[in-house]
Amino acid sequence: MATEPRDRALDELDVAERRYNEDSGTETLVLNLGPQHPSTHGVLRLELELDGEIVVRCEPHIGYLHTGIEKTCEFRTYHQIVPFIDRMDYLNPWSEEFGYILAAEALYDVEIPKRVQYIRVILAELSRIASHLVWLGTSALELNVSSMFMFCFRDREEILDIFEMVSGDRFFPRYFRVGGLMNEPSDEFPDRIHAFFEKFRKHFKEYHGILTKNLFWRMRFENVAKVTLDQCLDYGLSGPIIRACGEPYDVRKAFPYSAYEDFDFEIPTRETGDAYARYLVRMDEIEQSMRIIEQALANMPDGPIVTQDERFNTGLAQHQEGFYKMKKPHPHKGLFAPKGESYVSIEGARGEKAYWVVSDGSNKPIRVRMRSPSFGNVQALPIMIEGSYLSDAIVAIASTDPVLGDVDR
Amino acid sequence: MTTEQTEGAIQAITSRFGEAVEADETILSGLRQLLVKPESLLEILKLARDEHNFRQLYDLTAADYLEQEPYIHVIYHLNCLKPPAKLMLKVRVDRGGGTLPSATDLWPMANWYEREVYDLFGIVFDGHPDLKRILMPDDWMGHPLRRDYPLTEEPIQFDNYTSDMLPSEVIPKQYEE
Repeated sequence: MATEPRDRALDELDVAERRYNEDSGTETLVLNLGPQHPSTHGVLRLELELDGEIVVRCEPHIGYLHTGIEKTCEFRTYHQIVPFIDRMDYLNPWSEEFGYILAAEALYDVEIPKRVQYIRVILAELSRIASHLVWLGTSALELNVSSMFMFCFRDREEILDIFEMVSGDRFFPRYFRVGGLMNEPSDEFPDRIHAFFEKFRKHFKEYHGILTKNLFWRMRFENVAKVTLDQCLDYGLSGPIIRACGEPYDVRKAFPYSAYEDFDFEIPTRETGDAYARYLVRMDEIEQSMRIIEQALANMPDGPIVTQDERFNTGLAQHQEGFYKMKKPHPHKGLFAPKGESYVSIEGARGEKAYWVVSDGSNKPIRVRMRSPSFGNVQALPIMIEGSYLSDAIVAIASTDPVLGDVDR
Repeated sequence: MTTEQTEGAIQAITSRFGEAVEADETILSGLRQLLVKPESLLEILKLARDEHNFRQLYDLTAADYLEQEPYIHVIYHLNCLKPPAKLMLKVRVDRGGGTLPSATDLWPMANWYEREVYDLFGIVFDGHPDLKRILMPDDWMGHPLRRDYPLTEEPIQFDNYTSDMLPSEVIPKQYEE
């Protein structure tokens, strides 16, 4: 049964009393890690109860970044939702948009041109690389490898430049549209990516050289924040965490969406389930993403960048002229989706991201649900942290790679 | 997305809990979903988990339907990793004081997700170990994702001009064609 705020305050008093342990004659200390702490990757607060340097109890508190995106989406048309989606997982906005767009398109049962699918895959995979680079740089920074942080952000900067060239914006692209893309990517697009990869492959070797066999890195990461496969299944963990436990589950292979079945790539897995295994999985994923992008660029089909379906003739940039010639009185009224619902999951950088869109037949959805992988991963932090040292809690947070915009939505 | 694994589970559920299954449909994105009665929800979840390898509950959420007889649907998404398969279970709950049994005994993962549904929709889960708000502040009144809960917003201010309309009113829901 729900507790009233006053009852809960009394409960907390209880906790204060329990802090004294009669057997050992010692007291435990309750420490708040966050919400304004650089190593919590955002506004996450961990309530840690410490016995000396050992964490005996950990309770994550979230909600500091709750912006009510799901509520706002009920009052926006299908195209107006896209910019909100970008602002949830702000490190990986392309995959986020990708999932929402697929869910919205599933309402229409529409054929999307192959070229659109390939460009979407390229951008989503680039975004995955950028996201993993932020993860690598920040987790290294937390363990005082500050040069790694600079190196990773140097490379990520180039990816952001590519994003800016394509969409006009570095962070929040709003480039995918329901039924197609905003505009044709510029002709330099493939060359810029190839040029970046050429440089990045050399850098990537250096990163492996700096970290992978580094004794200190391994001492901090090995056997830390361990989870078993059973715990992954019980707690609904996905993405690199479950793959680090030896389960090759990846939505791109399990339920291929948007032409992923055309590409030849592997799902990197490790067996140990600790932070080091997750590190290796993510490093391998960067390589696999590069493989996918290169295949997509080599086999890029020709064709239009929006669907030819007549229902989508509004609001797309490609139809700017038709946009003003329309007989309809309100050119911005947006798309009217068929009645029904769609549930689409994709593989984001942090795990399985899912969108549930319910339409009542009007131009605004009645429910947009985002199942965010970070939410589940943060919930599982206590099983990784409890019983370990406080300094390993930082590694545990880093290795789950939460984005609090995605947790709180 | 409908595989043999899903079909097998659905057949087993309908044969064993025939009366509890109210509807069986495929949604627009191709997922199979069953509308079941809340009384036998936990048993059905347990059957799917233990006997049909739907080992992972990976999403638990709700939607508010403000129709003539308003109701809330709570949705359980089950995931089978080998072979990959998905299954959706829906339960219909009353908007006024409806309760559901908590799935936290089956999956610890349900803990936060049920707190979220309680916080945003006001559905109480019996047997939940610590049912309190999770996203909204502790002293918040109301449940924001219910559709009769108003969207709080302000008119957008431009240079020298403030529109009288709220952002969500700029495009009306049903526009005359």
